[in-house]
Amino acid sequence: MKVGIVVFPGSNCDRDLEVAFRAAGADVTMIWHKETSLPKGLDVIGVPGGFSFGDYLRCGAIAAQSPICRAVVGHADAGGYVLGVCNGFQVLTETGLLPGALLRNANLKFVCKNTPLKVATADSAYTAGYESGQDIMMPIAHHDGNYIADEDTISRLKAEDRIAFTYNDNPNGSMADIAGILSENRRVLGLMPHPERAVDGKHGGTDGQALFRAVVGAMQHA
Amino acid sequence: MKARVTVMLKNGVLDPQGEAVHHALDALGFDGVNGVRQGKVILLDLAETDAAAAEKTVGEMCEKLLANTVIESYQIEIL
Repeated sequence: MKVGIVVFPGSNCDRDLEVAFRAAGADVTMIWHKETSLPKGLDVIGVPGGFSFGDYLRCGAIAAQSPICRAVVGHADAGGYVLGVCNGFQVLTETGLLPGALLRNANLKFVCKNTPLKVATADSAYTAGYESGQDIMMPIAHHDGNYIADEDTISRLKAEDRIAFTYNDNPNGSMADIAGILSENRRVLGLMPHPERAVDGKHGGTDGQALFRAVVGAMQHA
Repeated sequence: MKARVTVMLKNGVLDPQGEAVHHALDALGFDGVNGVRQGKVILLDLAETDAAAAEKTVGEMCEKLLANTVIESYQIEIL
């Protein structure tokens, strides 16, 4: 089971994501943003957290136009799996792989804390290791995590059971308490919380482990 | 030829930075400010000499990169 993690200038959770995927049993390759194609045979692409291109223009906007992102969009369009965490979620909305956008937090503060979440659906390769409605803890660390989309999109996300995680105590103003969403084919997940920062007892929590184990397990059995 | 692109959050999209500036103006005693919206201005220095062609190209730049049309609107001025 092979994972590729895209690295941009300013990514800073790329190695954490690598460690989390490796711990779950994946082979992991790091991919520099100037590459124009992906290594063959990747099952999942990880788009990590951080501050790609210094958050210039808009968070994730410049990364979304980088050569490797065209290949990531191609991978997703061909039915491939993509996981975007934090800045990675922002990049995925900027590419159009996920709907909506992430605005400045409503309280204008950079919020960095362990946060209670609800698993809104267990129906995806990423969330199959949780129960629907399960309460979990994951760290968040962002300034621009305020999810917004038009009413039609929000209704559609709800109707199609594509809201993956919600905040129990909305820290950023996100519509419908949205912390993470799935693509229409449920293979692209973007979320603001950091599951890769909750995979080891020394992290202060291990609630992110189930996500990595589920998606790695799903690919191994596929 | 130069172009000025003004990018603003769309009407109806909460602009917390504009709200914060509004509060700060209130605190300074500038009452009578009905609203504040904060955006960004991007100045482009273009090789193009034809205004219509420049406006078309800058429009494409806005759609692809300079604005996120999910949340932002843009206005182009050819200078």
